[in-house]
Amino acid sequence: MSEGSVRTTAQLAEAARDPVPAIAGIAAAPVTERARPNAAAFAPVAWARANLFSGWISTAVTLALIYLIARWAIGFFDWGILHAVWTVPETATGPDASACRDAKGVGACWAMIGDKYRFILFGRYTYDEQWRPAIVVALFIGLYAISAMRRFWRKELLLIWIATLTAIGVLMWGGVLGLTYVPQDSWGGLPITLILSTFGLALAFPLAVLVALGRRSTQLPAVKALCVLYVELIRGVPLITLLFMASVMFPLFMPAGFNPDKLLRAQVAVILFAGAYLAEVVRGGLQSLPRGQYEAADALGLSYWKKTSLIVLPQALRLVIPPLVNTFIGFFKDTSLVLIIGIFDLLTAGKVAITDPVWQSYSTELYLVLAAIYFAFCFVMSRYSHGLEQEFSRTVRR
Amino acid sequence: MSGAVIDPRQAPIRAAPKKALSLSWSDPRFRNIVWQVVVLGTVALIVWYLVQNTTRNLAARRIATGFAFLGRTAGIPIGEALIDYDPSISTYGRALLIGLLNTLKVAVVGVVLATILGTLLGIARLSKNWLIARLSAIYVEVIRDLPVLLQLLFWYTALQGLPTPKNSFHPLPGVFLSNRGIKIPVVEWETPFWWALAAFVVGVIGTVAWSRSATRQQEATGVRPKVWPVALGFLVGFPVLIWGALGAPFAVEMPVLRGFNFTGGATVSPEYSALTLGLVIYTSSYIAEIVRSGILAVPTGQWEAAGALGMRSGTVLRKIVLPQALRVIIPPMTSQYLNLTKNSSLAVAIGYQDIVSIASTTLNQTGQAIEGIAAIMLVYLIISLSISLLMNWYNARIALVER
Repeated sequence: MSEGSVRTTAQLAEAARDPVPAIAGIAAAPVTERARPNAAAFAPVAWARANLFSGWISTAVTLALIYLIARWAIGFFDWGILHAVWTVPETATGPDASACRDAKGVGACWAMIGDKYRFILFGRYTYDEQWRPAIVVALFIGLYAISAMRRFWRKELLLIWIATLTAIGVLMWGGVLGLTYVPQDSWGGLPITLILSTFGLALAFPLAVLVALGRRSTQLPAVKALCVLYVELIRGVPLITLLFMASVMFPLFMPAGFNPDKLLRAQVAVILFAGAYLAEVVRGGLQSLPRGQYEAADALGLSYWKKTSLIVLPQALRLVIPPLVNTFIGFFKDTSLVLIIGIFDLLTAGKVAITDPVWQSYSTELYLVLAAIYFAFCFVMSRYSHGLEQEFSRTVRR
Repeated sequence: MSGAVIDPRQAPIRAAPKKALSLSWSDPRFRNIVWQVVVLGTVALIVWYLVQNTTRNLAARRIATGFAFLGRTAGIPIGEALIDYDPSISTYGRALLIGLLNTLKVAVVGVVLATILGTLLGIARLSKNWLIARLSAIYVEVIRDLPVLLQLLFWYTALQGLPTPKNSFHPLPGVFLSNRGIKIPVVEWETPFWWALAAFVVGVIGTVAWSRSATRQQEATGVRPKVWPVALGFLVGFPVLIWGALGAPFAVEMPVLRGFNFTGGATVSPEYSALTLGLVIYTSSYIAEIVRSGILAVPTGQWEAAGALGMRSGTVLRKIVLPQALRVIIPPMTSQYLNLTKNSSLAVAIGYQDIVSIASTTLNQTGQAIEGIAAIMLVYLIISLSISLLMNWYNARIALVER
């Protein structure tokens, strides 16, 4: 975050130097009238004069915006904190939400979240066993954190991924090590979102590398055509159609009697979808590698697979890590689409939570909480990929 | 010509002698052919296996394949349709066509609005005013990090939370905001409007012709004749004149509250509003970033050089910066337009009847899963290809012409 704000300040300084914004017509102060650094002036005042009140239009816009922000912030504070209902009394028939009903329109009803948070996070997973999905979420976060650290970018990382994903499977299903078996139908909430996106990425990645290599191939026109067809077909249609295919057409494709679980089918759809997008990302990496690298490998007499695995991929994949993270953010958000085919991910669990007659009219509160969860994951990842991008571009320039 | 090749670099490169294909693993060409046969064979085998299963399953479920169901009466109630539709007589084919039109309605309006909002936000993020730049940055960061489906659901619930028609908001005369949608007045369409429209088209052609002749004159004499008065006359004056000559009919139909709902005027349904609003807000955050990086990609020297030539800032933006920025902007913008169109399929989650929604109702009623999904895929592929072709054509038109 701090790096981000430093960058922005530098950018703003740059923006202040070049005439783009003035032309853009918002802060249309003539260049000559710009406040000059004055040795006697107090620094924040000088800064404010240069960046907030540099002309009469700029001043007017600033004042109007400050007024609007203040009004909105006060309103939100009133609604979200001052007049909010944090807890409601528990009765024999369930929570008594009359306090929330009285505060409707004036204050938020956070009591709903307090009552339902375990359902939102873990869905219909056996209540007494919900420590297992909680550990799974922690494992996922740990896996992301380790993968993000440069010093773990080695072959052993693959083993860590396999081990963690296996542990996640064991924890979710149970049935071994004294854990009770929990069928897939009753999984739900945040773990499903994480499973769909992470397994989707992990399993789509090898596929994507193969497809990208196939698409770059000059020697195998038939394979190339096949790869182009796959990538363009998948990228041309919305994810929804693939999910529909998984839920409606998949049973038709399989031999009679073989009917895999809905979650598994959706996972296959996500993998196929992710494969096409990742293939394009990987292809970008392959293309940005200088031709000399390929020619040098050829000159050494390396075979195609040796050249690819020893020379090309290690360099190309490093380059694509930032766009890879960005694509992952996309998948993470897009897994929410499984709502439409009725899979219990975080968003679906939230929507089901407010079908409870007691809490029916408090969807705003719910959506704000869900938004905060999604935002926390995506924001951290996007900051990370941004930092990495900056670092890489520095290295390349040197 | 004869014997003129002195420079060896200009001598034609000798092609390697052609060798016959040898059936040996050490011949790369032979290897390549074998690999391709293996890959294609595997894919064909998988496809054959799936087709076998599918035909067997379809036979077992007594589902007839083919598109004959398109001619049958649909019976799907459709809330909003751009063409006439009656569930008791209209066919599935027509219902799907309405779905397609509804998808296009969202996509076209969404693309236009998202481009405008995104461009404004992108420029605002470069503003010298710190507050504007910061707010725009926060908007972009927050909106991009939230799933679009969550945003759509949020807007839909928010619009449903509006008061009933009786207590509706009434911001402008004739405009009502309620949980039944947005009511707006409509102008009654009469024949003179068609003529005015035709006059407008003629005006566009005339303006283009005049602007071209102005360019020719500028190239010949260095002085550009004024274009805007003529353009104004052609584009506004001429249609208004025609409309006035035909009696200047102008009747507005105002929505009026009768009982529990409105009569008259036109309705923008809450589903459509929520979908368009959500998609525009989501996509504009991406477009803002594209526009920002496009403008930053134009080197400062270009601004300075144009300034040194004595151009005014508006002219610099129009003639120097935008043409260069557009080259960077167009390709990623194309993929955002495609994303918006594909995301419009989320309509099904909030009950707007787009192609996906109607096709999935159809396949639930008829059991024609393969045909239904094939129809959806075909529609999106055609839309994607058209947008790509259009934008590629535009991109080629504005591309840098190098020596």
